[in-house]
Amino acid sequence: MEKKLGLPKSMKDVITHYCPGCGHGVIHRILAEVIDELGIKEITIGIAPVGCAVLAYDYLDMDMAEAPHGRTPAVATGIKRVQPDKIVFTYQGDGDLAAIGTGEIVHTAARGENITTIFVNNAVYGMTGGQMAPTTLLKQKTDTTPFGREAKYAGFPIRVPEMLKSLEGTVYLARETVISPKNIITLKKYIRKAFDTQIKKMGFSLVEVLSPCPTNMKLSPIQSYDWVAKNMVPYYPLGEIKDLTK
Amino acid sequence: METKILISGNEALGEAAVQAGCKAYFGYPITPQNELTAYMSRRMLEENRVFVQAESELAAINMVLGAAASGVRTMTTSSSPGISLMQEGLSYMAGDELPCVVANIARGGPGLGNIAGSQSDYFQSVKGGGHGDYNLIVIAPATVQEMFDFTFTAFNLADKYRTPVIILADGYLGQMMEPAILQKKEITNFPKNWALTGAKGRKPNVINSMYLAEGALEKHNQKLQEKFRKIKKELCLVEEISTVDAEVILIAYGTASRICKSVARKLREKNIRAGLIRPITLWPFPTETIKQSASHAKFFLTIEMSAGQMVEDVRLAVEDKVPVYFYGRMGGGIPEEEKIIEIIEAKL
Repeated sequence: MEKKLGLPKSMKDVITHYCPGCGHGVIHRILAEVIDELGIKEITIGIAPVGCAVLAYDYLDMDMAEAPHGRTPAVATGIKRVQPDKIVFTYQGDGDLAAIGTGEIVHTAARGENITTIFVNNAVYGMTGGQMAPTTLLKQKTDTTPFGREAKYAGFPIRVPEMLKSLEGTVYLARETVISPKNIITLKKYIRKAFDTQIKKMGFSLVEVLSPCPTNMKLSPIQSYDWVAKNMVPYYPLGEIKDLTK
Repeated sequence: METKILISGNEALGEAAVQAGCKAYFGYPITPQNELTAYMSRRMLEENRVFVQAESELAAINMVLGAAASGVRTMTTSSSPGISLMQEGLSYMAGDELPCVVANIARGGPGLGNIAGSQSDYFQSVKGGGHGDYNLIVIAPATVQEMFDFTFTAFNLADKYRTPVIILADGYLGQMMEPAILQKKEITNFPKNWALTGAKGRKPNVINSMYLAEGALEKHNQKLQEKFRKIKKELCLVEEISTVDAEVILIAYGTASRICKSVARKLREKNIRAGLIRPITLWPFPTETIKQSASHAKFFLTIEMSAGQMVEDVRLAVEDKVPVYFYGRMGGGIPEEEKIIEIIEAKL
């Protein structure tokens, strides 16, 4: 039996610029499905980052703003504070959130801003052509770690939800991946829970998504999915890292 | 409040913002504007509005970006080093065409400099400041009363032209206390159908400054330049004192203009026909006013609390028709009346 899901209402009927095998398309779709299911499309405002997902406003069919690199949570704070009854989310990559925007994400979380962050971790700077990200794994080769990332010169990869866990402003923190249908189903559950946290005005929620970047990992899409499973998942454990929603 | 009260420039500016309908204020502590952030932290909550002490000036200006994108009147204030950090956000807001008010209670630089009043942020304020082709409206008050009055002007202009407006004051103006009447000024409202309020019953709105398609960014820039030309055509605030018959014309803004007012009067007492042109909008610059005065003046003397920044715009306006001299003090120094008079007498 064939079942066609069709296009979520919160997505525009356009072809994205994402590379074959890239996780962004799947994550956009899950996000759009959750927004549809919660019936919040008309009260939702999204903020796109600098990075591959900067054009998210061309694909998601709702009010959206672009933010300077890393300032995404600050822009979200400004929007949410003056419109507390709207649903506000940021969509950020690892460079945006965990390098240039570390100050903004930490303090937005510490203030307990009632927003939701979708954090896409693909262990590499995608749009600029594959440089080291704050989440690049040790020994991983990138454009700027040609011999592999060495802690001695380039420090250690950051586990963002674990870092934010100690902040009292954070309510829901989780991590999943898009590398299998089973993972995608769990990811959708987490993203829905994150938005639920916001709808119930409980505070800051973030879902990290481990996502393949075949182009910059220099692997085929299938190989890149295996790479995420073998290398990223052991370092970035999946699951709900903090859940104060119960 | 029609009675005069004694109040600091920083607090007068803050009260004006509240009365002008500023719905959200975001700030970060920096001397010499701390009274302003403290004032807003109390008043905004009293009025049930938004106050956030941001983690940095970078965050503060981007919170302003978010609030502006939501369609409300919003403001941040800082001083020179903090304003440098805000240039990224201001460039984005210029590209996004978002209205806001940013007050710079300027201090001495470069670097950490000191905390005394200074006018060395002129270039940064009037020539764009961040990356890309743009200008921001810049208004320079010279009294505590004007700190109050021009804040209304700034909010109205920001909404009218969909642009950030800079109030360029300095540490002296911010901290000095003067009698002022804090009477509410006219507020002009403009429709904000572009704002991000949730796409209910309409197509989604997007606030962005990125244009990747071939030729798209040039087209966007042409639109912005058209707006800047329109502002230049429609807006110019300038004060002229005794310039009609003046052979010596002083040019100064803000704190320096207060000294020059006194100098011009003293020169008249000495039978020297002196006048003062005080630019109030530093962008757009009163080029025409200066150009016209060049037809009868023997020379101009620009006085600044900087190494000489506005003097470049004065020279462009005068077009070498008569000499343009400069005297300035840096790092918080204040030009002395006697010295200015001495320079003028030597040149005559």
